Amino acid sequence: MDDFNSETDSDYTSYWRDWFISSRGNEYFCEIDEEYLTDRFNLTGLNTEVQYYQYALDLVTDVFDFDCDDEMREMIEKSARHLYGLVHARYIVTTRGLAKMLDKFKKSDFGKCPRVMCDSQPLLPMGQSDIANTSSVKLYCARCEDLYNPKSSRHAIVDGAYFGTSFHNILFQVYPAMLPAKSQRRYEPRVFGFRMHAGAALARWQGEQREVMKERLKKAGIETGFEDEDEELESEMEDEEMEIGDGFEPGQPGGMVDSQALLHGRW
Amino acid sequence: MSSSSQVTESWISSFCGLLGHEYFAEVPEDFIEDDFNLTGLQSQVPMYKEALEMILDVEPEDDEDEEDEEEEDEEDDEILGDERPTGYRRASDRRHLRIASDLSVIESSAELLYGLIHQRYITSRPGIQQMSEKYEMQHFGTCPRVYCSSCKVLPVGLNDTPGHETVKLFCPSCLDVYTPPNSRFQTVDGAFFGTTFGSLFFMTFTDLDIGGSRTSSAGAADALLAIQAANAEAKARNSSTTPANVTSINGVAPHNLAPGLGPGNIYEPRIYGFRVSERARSGPRMKWLRMRPADITDLDETRRYWEEHGAEDVDRPDDDDMNMVDVAADGKGFQVDRRKRVVGRRRRANGSGNGEGSPMDTNGVGGAV
Repeated sequence: MDDFNSETDSDYTSYWRDWFISSRGNEYFCEIDEEYLTDRFNLTGLNTEVQYYQYALDLVTDVFDFDCDDEMREMIEKSARHLYGLVHARYIVTTRGLAKMLDKFKKSDFGKCPRVMCDSQPLLPMGQSDIANTSSVKLYCARCEDLYNPKSSRHAIVDGAYFGTSFHNILFQVYPAMLPAKSQRRYEPRVFGFRMHAGAALARWQGEQREVMKERLKKAGIETGFEDEDEELESEMEDEEMEIGDGFEPGQPGGMVDSQALLHGRW
Repeated sequence: MSSSSQVTESWISSFCGLLGHEYFAEVPEDFIEDDFNLTGLQSQVPMYKEALEMILDVEPEDDEDEEDEEEEDEEDDEILGDERPTGYRRASDRRHLRIASDLSVIESSAELLYGLIHQRYITSRPGIQQMSEKYEMQHFGTCPRVYCSSCKVLPVGLNDTPGHETVKLFCPSCLDVYTPPNSRFQTVDGAFFGTTFGSLFFMTFTDLDIGGSRTSSAGAADALLAIQAANAEAKARNSSTTPANVTSINGVAPHNLAPGLGPGNIYEPRIYGFRVSERARSGPRMKWLRMRPADITDLDETRRYWEEHGAEDVDRPDDDDMNMVDVAADGKGFQVDRRKRVVGRRRRANGSGNGEGSPMDTNGVGGAV
């Protein structure tokens, strides 16, 4: 380990994993338990994915004592990082892993949603593919259910497969209380106070789709999960419209759309 | 304001060069000197005159007499501790005094005033042109949304009066607003860009291809859609060749209406490859926000209304006025300023059956079928 120590930063503490998760760009990772890493079952299949698998594993678990030249050590180091990432994707869907990631989520370690109407909803890291080297890590917002690129370019080089396509969805299945209320608020493009026709027509159409979905869910007796919905579940759609203030795109039941369309068409 | 800095750089360019002021365009002095452009700002900005002088780098002593004297008196009242006799003061002294006392107040007033002028300037013809150059050079950054594929964004405000919100970024590809990635923009007031600019910009530059670098990684159906869209786009560009080709819906070219939305651009949550059901507690609820009809003419609400509400209605408008879809008429091409709306093929195909074309309709019903 002394050899290894000499070539890395001075802030290298005592363990490789400590060093790894505290190094710049790796803020999204959580620490994998020693027991999880040493259980061969959890590593099934990874030996074909990772070069110098055994050395890399030794390095990750701090039992590395192979004497080799710098070039070789660098290769092993690289493999170790890859191995850690792949195990990480498996670890974060376990109970302990989910709990660790939830803590980070609560602290907004993964950043906040850039969308204005999401009111700084904390994000979760995810990958668009479970296969390594396909795409970089993205951030998922549970409020608008969309994907965003990390702000910092140092995260743009982290592989999305180290988090996987399922983790963020599993987290909300396990901890449904963490689900934020969905918001119907939206941005309305305006010119001199007048709504843009094309954008407004699209927004109305989207509103229709939303109401159709809500209707579908209500028929199935399922909570829609929109904010303010609980109190108004019984009340009429029209009431809801009256209550929603400026800046909201009110849901448009059929008749309303048509009359508005008429106005717009003529205007 | 010191004479040394004037030689090198005007107040305006130094203001625009500050960290966090990268979004601002430099308003030319002649725009500011035109009083018409400043209408109503006097009541919104404290120490308006001084602020205006500061922006224009005008030496205060250049101004004429009485008004000035009055101001000096006011200043005296403000700075009671300073017991210099009024008559004794020369211009340079006065300037020095001003710098010592309320320079920071004037400075913040000047920034407010400049911001409000800026809001007006960027909706003017030269201003919007200047902003379009900044836009092309990607000075405002790109949309953080993955499916918008780095579409260029514009700075906008959510309110036209200062002091409400900081500047936001408007993405034309998903028609949504985002917080700038860098916290240095959190100090810039959104009102300095205003609510109108974002939309007016894309109304002005209708030829911009706002799609970003489209690389849709979707299934075969989506690929097909993408191909169709590409075809439609290609057709829309050389509009004269294909009749009955929709070139405009509700005043926007179809390929420029929220290209980042719609099938293939909506996130589908999955667990181990299986889609999460809408009925699950954690199931998708927000897909509507990123939806867009596959057939864009579905957004032609006027036509849809009249299709549903029969032909016998006396209020029914002429065919010409009845829809908001523009199609390229045969041989004539697409004219932006055409008042007449040509009846689309789709309406005919739907067999609404109520349509002799208006006798006035000379261009294109026949060609459009």
